[in-house]
Amino acid sequence: MASAEVLLRAREISRHWGGLVAVDKVSIALQRGSVHAVIGTNGAGKSTLINILSGEIPASGGRVELLGQDVTGWTQPRRARAGLGRSYQRNTIYPSFTVLDNCRLAAQAHVQKPWAIFSPARDCAVSSAAARAAAARAGLDGLLEREAGLLSHGQKRQLEIAMCLATEPQVLLLDEPLAGMGAEETDRMLALLAELREGHAILLVEHDMDAVFRIADLITVMVNGAVIASDSPDAVRANPDVQSAYLGGH
Amino acid sequence: MDRSRILFVCGALAALALYPLVAGEYGLGLVAKTMIYAIAALSLELLVGTTGLVCFGQAAFFGIGAYGAVLLSSQSEPASLLWLLPACALSAAIYALMVGALSLRTRGVYFIMVTLAFAQMAYFVVHDTPLGGGTDGIYLSLKPAIGAWLDLGDPLTHYWFTLACLGAALALLARLLQSRFGRALAGIRVNEQRMRATGFSTYPYKLAAFTLSGAIAGVAGFLFAVQDGYVNPELFSWHLSGSLLIMIILGGIGHLRGALIGAFAFALLQELFQSEAVFGDYAKHWHLGLGLTIIASVALLPRGLVGVPQLLRDRLFGRSINALREQTHGER
Repeated sequence: MASAEVLLRAREISRHWGGLVAVDKVSIALQRGSVHAVIGTNGAGKSTLINILSGEIPASGGRVELLGQDVTGWTQPRRARAGLGRSYQRNTIYPSFTVLDNCRLAAQAHVQKPWAIFSPARDCAVSSAAARAAAARAGLDGLLEREAGLLSHGQKRQLEIAMCLATEPQVLLLDEPLAGMGAEETDRMLALLAELREGHAILLVEHDMDAVFRIADLITVMVNGAVIASDSPDAVRANPDVQSAYLGGH
Repeated sequence: MDRSRILFVCGALAALALYPLVAGEYGLGLVAKTMIYAIAALSLELLVGTTGLVCFGQAAFFGIGAYGAVLLSSQSEPASLLWLLPACALSAAIYALMVGALSLRTRGVYFIMVTLAFAQMAYFVVHDTPLGGGTDGIYLSLKPAIGAWLDLGDPLTHYWFTLACLGAALALLARLLQSRFGRALAGIRVNEQRMRATGFSTYPYKLAAFTLSGAIAGVAGFLFAVQDGYVNPELFSWHLSGSLLIMIILGGIGHLRGALIGAFAFALLQELFQSEAVFGDYAKHWHLGLGLTIIASVALLPRGLVGVPQLLRDRLFGRSINALREQTHGER
């Protein structure tokens, strides 16, 4: 992985609300083919970091580069169309749409054609193909016509990933994809992430430490908005600062 | 859209088409007026039910369409429908574009208040300036026509033309909701944040919906002015915006046919409570009866009249998958 390609790079990004520093000069580089986990206690700034990277909130300082381009001033939709996909901590699926329609709506972002008001969305070949491929990849191919609101919790989380994939992003920012999952669902999701590692750069924010140490190639530890360590899982586990600050000193 | 809903709408339109065979003059005028409100309610449904934008200023677009019909007509000869109707729709659309461009920067209750404020502003412009003829309103003496073969001055012709506009508005919106544009609007209603994260710039989408809604409301206003041959500032008042909201709530938000059903239910209730034959002296206080009925229907039929068949089925055959769905969704 010596010459791994960096798809998303943040240089010293910060965010403060008045005197409160939520993210403090964080630099991070996401490489194709690797899962980069960000861990930290509640309020460490992990979600704010994702929000800045995806463009949902502006940074107070620093730069964000996507595929070698400076995207700091870009809006969130523009970054998304350029290849940045994100999932949310809570479910953001469209419950009254079918699984396929959920994915198709996401895939449609690349072929929006809002003026084509007499051509049904279902007839769009490009987005339908992308939607089917994404659903299959996320393990939902048997459930395409199921109404999304009727899926199990684990399936909803899978759909969340499928909708991300339907836009064919190169970078995935995943905010707690394992939240609320049982052991079996967690295994399935980790297998999916391992598969997605190929070809994508993945940022994973997650509270399930066992899962993080199983899947991550690199781990960044945040405390109070700042990075205190960024290294391989073994090195992070052995790092005394991390142990005292976060892992509980054992 | 499933077959039974298409059948219902086509059946309703067919019934409206046959109605002139049995109707008297009063009935014809009343149903034509109700169809006009239904068109305006449909335009509001596009915002509230589809896109999730609660607009409390729909009357302004309606009023502009109505005043356009009068102000743009000449005093000496009938204006041609071919340009007058598009001009009225366009005027309303332009105003909607301006209002939308500013108001769509706000959300939720602020959006409601800002749209109301813009409508009230329009109300006072026509009410207090010579432009709109002041409180007395203006008469439209020569009604628009197309040459000799289509004269909207004839009540029956006006009825047919209104019905055609209603059918066209329903067909347009039904197609639009199935299109990529319509799906994106639905996505914005459920979760705008997610739509942005997916790559949709949501503001232009909302602005386009708002403008189109204004144009459709403008057509309704045009038809209203032509039917009455008279416009006054009350067409801009918040009472109308509120009535249109009540119509779509009564019919069932989230369904095009809800706007249609709601407009007719509202008109029927109004006729009923205004009827001295039924209520005698109390007919003077018809607002009270209408209001209580609406409160009761909202309390008892949270999904509107559209939800009544489902409600009956649930009562008769136990809770269906749809009831389960309601529980699991938490949101529509």
